[in-house]
Amino acid sequence: MTIDRNIEAAVAVTRFGLGARAGEIDRARIDPHAYLASQIRPQGADPTQDAPPTTAQREKEYAAFKEARKLEKEDSGNKTDDTVKMARRVLRNDAAGDFLARTQLAVTTPNAFRERWALFWANHFTVSAAKNQAAALVGPFENEAIRPHVFGRFEDLLVASSTHPAMLHYLDQVGSVGPDSPVAQGRQSTGKRAGLNENLAREILELHTVGVEAGYTQADVTEFARAMTGWGVDGLDGDPERAGEFKFHERMHEPGARMIMGRRYPDGGEDQARAVMRDLAASPHTAHHVSIKLARHFVADDPSPILVERLRRSYLDTGGNLSALAHTLVVSPEAWDPTPQKFKTPYEFLVSAWRATEVTPRDMGAMSAALTSMGQKPFAPPSPKGWAEEAQEWCAPDAIVKRMNWSEGFSPTACGDRDPMRLADNALGARLTPLVARAISRAETRGEGLSILLMSPEFQRR
Amino acid sequence: MSNHGFPGRPSRRGALASAFGLGISIQFLGTRAFADADGGLSRRRLVVIICRGGLDGLSLSPPVGDSAYAALRGPIAIGGFGQPGGALKLDGTFGLHPSLTAVHALALKGQARIAPAVATPDRERSHFEAQDVLENGGRVAYGVTSGWLNRALEAMGPSGKVRAMSLGPTAPLVLRGKIETVSWSPGGGQGHDTRLAGILQDLYAHDPLLGPALAGGLATQSMATVVTQEEAAQPASAPAADMMATNAGGKSGGAPQARRMGTMLAAFMTQPAGAQVAAVEMDAFDTHARQGAAEGLLATRLVSLDAFLDGLQAGLSHPAGGGPDAWRDTVVVLATEFGRTARVNGTGGTDHGTASTALLLGGALKTGGIVGDWPTLAQNRLFENRDTAPTLDMRGLFKGVLRDHLGIDRARLDTLVFPDSAQVAPVSGLVV
Repeated sequence: MTIDRNIEAAVAVTRFGLGARAGEIDRARIDPHAYLASQIRPQGADPTQDAPPTTAQREKEYAAFKEARKLEKEDSGNKTDDTVKMARRVLRNDAAGDFLARTQLAVTTPNAFRERWALFWANHFTVSAAKNQAAALVGPFENEAIRPHVFGRFEDLLVASSTHPAMLHYLDQVGSVGPDSPVAQGRQSTGKRAGLNENLAREILELHTVGVEAGYTQADVTEFARAMTGWGVDGLDGDPERAGEFKFHERMHEPGARMIMGRRYPDGGEDQARAVMRDLAASPHTAHHVSIKLARHFVADDPSPILVERLRRSYLDTGGNLSALAHTLVVSPEAWDPTPQKFKTPYEFLVSAWRATEVTPRDMGAMSAALTSMGQKPFAPPSPKGWAEEAQEWCAPDAIVKRMNWSEGFSPTACGDRDPMRLADNALGARLTPLVARAISRAETRGEGLSILLMSPEFQRR
Repeated sequence: MSNHGFPGRPSRRGALASAFGLGISIQFLGTRAFADADGGLSRRRLVVIICRGGLDGLSLSPPVGDSAYAALRGPIAIGGFGQPGGALKLDGTFGLHPSLTAVHALALKGQARIAPAVATPDRERSHFEAQDVLENGGRVAYGVTSGWLNRALEAMGPSGKVRAMSLGPTAPLVLRGKIETVSWSPGGGQGHDTRLAGILQDLYAHDPLLGPALAGGLATQSMATVVTQEEAAQPASAPAADMMATNAGGKSGGAPQARRMGTMLAAFMTQPAGAQVAAVEMDAFDTHARQGAAEGLLATRLVSLDAFLDGLQAGLSHPAGGGPDAWRDTVVVLATEFGRTARVNGTGGTDHGTASTALLLGGALKTGGIVGDWPTLAQNRLFENRDTAPTLDMRGLFKGVLRDHLGIDRARLDTLVFPDSAQVAPVSGLVV
């Protein structure tokens, strides 16, 4: 398969990356495959900031908020009201700052394939701010559990995600108690209820690893949930150094061996669930599930089975080595089809617009309003499944009008004194069609020219 | 549905909410605090209107008395004085487009004049370049990154206050620069530009995903616009004139909203601490096809323009918050980046040209005839055998207004405001 080098360069930057900044396609043209491969590195993706805020800090802030709210309820007095508001505002600003930092990284990074790869995995292991308690933890979660591991072994990524307080809170693992554990027994005598919460166990099976097609049963889910009991967060009453971090609570753990998907796992405390995860990570079902999701994200909503099989084999041959998987994706000819099949999500659209204009977003309020109006509220996917991949999800009539309105408001200032045709060449390279080039050249103002570029069929896709 | 929105402008209700509900007024800090010690200069107001896309001067102020006019223009020629849909008479040669009834009424009072063959120094016929030169006040595009109107504020000396504003989501280049200015636009981008929507619909014609999506989205939105307008057209919230215009049918072209924008701007400028200088942008004058004559695409835009100017004049003459007539201290200058070809093209429109008409209005205007010479449309007088030939440098027109209306001296005009332009003399006799 011979593909024009110019097209390959444009595909490398716009499909695998996050959209071209000025000169990026030119740099990729030298060797488009190597351009992407050079961004794969064992130490993982870039952190969103130098010394990003930690989970422990955020847990303390959340505890302060809870405490203020408790006082307010007890006291129903006058000044506690403000304390609650302030504590809530702290958390809200935290989340906003995290999202802004992450977006600024996406907009400015020269290693956009690496960043897209990280965003894929962050979405694969979704923690959503739609759940209040997790809101201020999404940012630390991405930095601590996802980014360091995205080019490591899948198993390590799975464990990092499943032991992170953000995930443990988000999918309710923290409250899951083995029915026969010492804690449950103790509570029985006081009349308090305690029991399993299957949420995280189920989503690990369904979303993070083997997928529903693997044919596991409800019994498997329940058994896995039992194995996971005890996986939780260190209370704030204990060692202040470890407060808010992952902790295995021995006394909440369900004793005994578990049978999950035909395998027996002897009791081993914390290690019992780790052993399950090791097998889940090594499962051919997981290899397939991860491969089809990757192909769907990077190449097409309905990807070529040949590509999926190529990825699956790579995953199994390397024991779930994600660097190897990324290299396999980059060298797969199916991934380089010149026809763009992916419709950008709102976040991808905005990031690519900012990259194309080399404008760095600084106003979280405006960004949040824009993303929300287009259907992708920051850090708040509607379910643990994460943001959808399918074009139909994002191409609703109202959302397109919203994209148009945003472009119209953004373009005059963003374009400034620059020639929109040059921006178009920079942004799309050989992917710019004559039809759109002509429309841009006929634009009445620079702003209109840029709006046409941003709203063009080829810019809306990748 | 006959009621189309003014492109890019949302409902009147949105405008009112934005302007009066959110405390916009606090942005225009005291500008005329230093009273009348400067001989009334601080009472003077200037509005600069930039018409983007290349406004066709030969339709804005048709020279129906020019013997070559009708033949060159063919189907888009504006009819002679007294004909149905004919030009509104200014003098023996020139009239105004029949849509410009408010402007014409002002002209009859000596409060509107035309400069029918004016151009910037740019001759490239590129929108982006020509708009740059029009607004940066230099001789070439990209040469200067601030606008001449901002530098004029600089030349007027420090006020320590915000004294200029623009209407629109962003400040146009003409108002950008060292001196702080503000901008205002109604509704925070809830409207949609029908021009961009039209271009995109063409681009999406064969796109199975985007085509139907955009069409559906626009249909829903225009319905929402009508609903909001109907709601806003309550007697309590809409002046009677607006309602009549709305009810007149599809030809109003968003005139009620445009008029409202004019009165809104006037309201901003007549507050006790209102803006002294304002810049306004209008777009969609790039009439390459189906331009029309007395009616049509361009006429629709001119209806809006006329309504905007009418609203501005009314609002300044009778400030909503009381106070003295501000119109008598006002000059409005309207200009475009270039004119259009003298001949009609093959698609019932006109292409990028050179000289066009600038419009001057205001109670502070000195009575008089056309500004600058008329080169005529005789074939041997056309610029490069296609365009109205420029007889007046746009900078001379602006300089005349800035010197005589805002009191900026020649030396500063020649160096700071319009760099390296000593050879371009200010036009005299424009302002009382």
